[in-house]
Amino acid sequence: MSAVPSSARRWANRWLDHRLGVPDREMRLSYRRIFILPSRGGLLFALMVFAIWLGAVNYINNMAYLLAFLLTGLGGVSMIHSVRNLLGLELVAESPAPVFAGQTLHFPIRLTNPASRTRYGLQLRLRGGDSVATDVPGGGSVRVSLPVPGPDRGVRRMPVMRLHSVFPGGLFTSWSWPRFRREGLVYPRAEDGRVPPPDGSGGDGEGHSASTGEEDFAGLRRYQAGDPVRQLAWRSWARGMELQTKQFGREDHGQLWLDWRQTRGLDTERRLSRLCRWILDCDDAGMPFGLRLPGVVLEPSSGPQHRHACLAALARHPGGPA
Amino acid sequence: MFGLRHASRHRDAVTQLLPHRTLALLLLTLSAVALPHVLRLPWWISLGFVVCAAWRYLVAVRGLRLPTRGLLLLTTCVAMVGIFLTYGTLLGLDAGVAILTAMLGLKLLELRRRRDTNVTLYLGYFLIVTQLLYVQSLPMFAYMLLLVWAMTTLLISANRPGGGQAPLEHARLAGTMLLQAIPIMLVVFLLFPRLPGPLWSMPDTDRTATSGLSDSMEPGSISDLSLSDAVAFRVEFDDTPPLPRERYWRGPVLPEYDGRQWQQPKESHPVLPVLEPLAGEIRYTVTLEPHNRRWLIALDMPLQMDVSARVNSEYHVSSDQRISNRVRYSAVSARNYRLGAELHDDSLDRYRELPEGSHPRAQALATDWLQQADGAEDLIRIALTHFREQPFHYTLQPPLMPDDPVDEFLFEHRRGFCEHYASAFTVLMRAAGVPARVVTGYQGGEINPSGGYMIVRQSDAHAWSEVFVEGDGWRRVDPTGWVAPERIESGLADALEDPAGLSLLSRREASWGRSLQLRWDAVNAAWDRWVLAYGPELQAQLLQRFGLAGWRDALLLMTGTVIVLLLLVALVLFLPRHRRGPDPAADAWERFCRKLARAGLQRAPHEGPKDYTERVAARRPDLATAVREVANRYVASRYQPPDTESDHLRALQRSVAAFRVDGR
Repeated sequence: MSAVPSSARRWANRWLDHRLGVPDREMRLSYRRIFILPSRGGLLFALMVFAIWLGAVNYINNMAYLLAFLLTGLGGVSMIHSVRNLLGLELVAESPAPVFAGQTLHFPIRLTNPASRTRYGLQLRLRGGDSVATDVPGGGSVRVSLPVPGPDRGVRRMPVMRLHSVFPGGLFTSWSWPRFRREGLVYPRAEDGRVPPPDGSGGDGEGHSASTGEEDFAGLRRYQAGDPVRQLAWRSWARGMELQTKQFGREDHGQLWLDWRQTRGLDTERRLSRLCRWILDCDDAGMPFGLRLPGVVLEPSSGPQHRHACLAALARHPGGPA
Repeated sequence: MFGLRHASRHRDAVTQLLPHRTLALLLLTLSAVALPHVLRLPWWISLGFVVCAAWRYLVAVRGLRLPTRGLLLLTTCVAMVGIFLTYGTLLGLDAGVAILTAMLGLKLLELRRRRDTNVTLYLGYFLIVTQLLYVQSLPMFAYMLLLVWAMTTLLISANRPGGGQAPLEHARLAGTMLLQAIPIMLVVFLLFPRLPGPLWSMPDTDRTATSGLSDSMEPGSISDLSLSDAVAFRVEFDDTPPLPRERYWRGPVLPEYDGRQWQQPKESHPVLPVLEPLAGEIRYTVTLEPHNRRWLIALDMPLQMDVSARVNSEYHVSSDQRISNRVRYSAVSARNYRLGAELHDDSLDRYRELPEGSHPRAQALATDWLQQADGAEDLIRIALTHFREQPFHYTLQPPLMPDDPVDEFLFEHRRGFCEHYASAFTVLMRAAGVPARVVTGYQGGEINPSGGYMIVRQSDAHAWSEVFVEGDGWRRVDPTGWVAPERIESGLADALEDPAGLSLLSRREASWGRSLQLRWDAVNAAWDRWVLAYGPELQAQLLQRFGLAGWRDALLLMTGTVIVLLLLVALVLFLPRHRRGPDPAADAWERFCRKLARAGLQRAPHEGPKDYTERVAARRPDLATAVREVANRYVASRYQPPDTESDHLRALQRSVAAFRVDGR
């Protein structure tokens, strides 16, 4: 593939776009969208039929001719059945759940079979990911999640999908390259290890309303019986460290701001990682916080929606890794 | 640790390659493919095949281990050596079948991945064809279709990622595909250019030899044949078939004699005697079963045959090649003829030869006769009287005559079959100085009422003599007919004292089993004639009839037809199916009309819903609102867009149910 000049590849991509279309989320597999070629097994089959034909010629045997031609017909018919296995399938690309960098991003696809026959042995794969096989019963629909392993932080466009089947008989491969304008969010990887707490001096004059971070998040200490459950540092405990309790200043004592400038001195990705870690810790602790990034300000709040909004802002931060 | 984990994962893959039922079906099907070969294969290959299949099944079910590659390689080598020792070669059909079967069996123990399964199935398809090289009957064709169906089902099941079972559904799909493939098979069969074979070598003909007349005759050779009711050839006559006593089918003519065995001449005499047809030309077509020798059969005496053949000076017709496939040819014969009338007695010394000192008592008898007789015709008459007056018996089980088959037959046992009579008579004639020779062939034939053709079986095999009469030429003399005239007039079974040893078909009893057999033979004859006999010549005739110039046209027509057929299949498969289910709206409307009809307000056939209900409303103003409502709803359910259809339908059904003609 790499040997193909990039101009040729661009041309091929344009042709594919033209032929297949790039819908937002729904696609129906029509004739134009299905390709078919003999598989390796099919070529071997053809070789075997040829050998039978040779035998028929040599032994002047009409039954062997009949068998050779029956198998020829079978091959031809299986080509049509192979296309038929994909034809008319309806694909819906649903929005993928966000993941952290390094985790596997799953793009969910809903396959709907409007016909009454079962579609067997469909194999779906996103470029770079593992293949998933499924059947779709007649009149039913099936949801599969197609993995894209270890993506980098940022907005990940859905890669080209390859949907193929060798059903029935494995003599032909029919396939399509459905593409969708779908995106998956990849949050930064949360920073590991000892992470300094956000320090209040981060807001250099601009964030007056920000309280000093030190008072709010005072760090961790060893767990003692009676500590409120919601203040336990589950995350570090899960990493195998001893159980610790997060210590905070008084919660009603102003608001906590997580600020881009508090992470000065690190490169962009490390800064985002640290912010990510802080967001997760605050969210774990159920503590309201605000987020301030260059060009983005999210007012202090809490809850899963706020968490997602903050992490998404990190993910969408410009200058993601190439 | 890692190695162990790897091994067990590998074992899981082997165990779970195919669902157990699919694997069992695979092993059964492949065994069925190999089954017809069992009688031809050495016993240890069949046994080995079964062992391999059982082992592979236990691997899946009980978690046994597959043999290592080294062991498999060793087994393969041992099998090859065994095959070589059995057949003396690794080439040729029989050894090839043995190798293929052994490979298939061993491949079963190598089923690790999907690709292995496919290779195994392809090998299996190929093994099917080897059966066809031995047997080309109609039942074999049915068996072949069955096997292809099963194998295709397996191919579908094995090539279905994601696992799961749906064998029945796959079987149905395989059946559909097979039915769709059959028209393509027929078109390609008819039109694909036939190359004249063979390409490299002919099959080992000797092993596949079937029964039939041989090139020589000795005591016992024809009585052995008579036990078989296999078809020798079939004949369709253009007009009326010949009478039973005229049904002499001329085969190999045997003039050479060594005291025990009659043989064909080493070389043909260069001068062909003149054949003069007298009367009663008869035209017919022969379909001759393969017998792996060169002779062709024709009604005595053939004038023309449209097959490439040679005639020697004895008027024995033979083909240039061994008849290893069924042949079909038309011929013209003369019922009455004169052969070699121009010849002179003294130029025929080779038909008088007897080995020095052989058959002393027969020679003495012939010398006796010669003193009473005047010419060849008189000698024949004397011989006839002799055979009639002495206690000769016609029997399939003559006693052994090890020392001198002619003298012992003529003077001690007097029990024999046609070859004894023909041989003894010819010897007597030669001893008396009359040129004579043995002719083998068939005598008789039975008309099959189901097909309007004649069947001649191996049990009709016969031998007679030809004697040269000066001035008249060669004359057919059948001494068997003197002793057992029934043999000539109505067949073997009537002539024998105890026909119990004969097979069912040779006995001419009327029974439903026999008539069924005859019908079956008619089906087979049609199969032979229309399918198996189709070759380059018939193809050329067919193309000519279609007005096609040659193989290019044929290929073009074939390709076009196949494409059209595939398009038709695609059309049938791809068109969305409009299901014509029940029509609930029409049902409701019918119910409504019936209710009104019971009150005497029948709907006229030409009335639409609106006209009808307006008429009802005019006659019964009390019903006007109700009937208009039903009519509106019916129309709505019919002509509204489909998404609201069901609501209208339900409303219609409700108002029809509530409707009463007799007021509220």
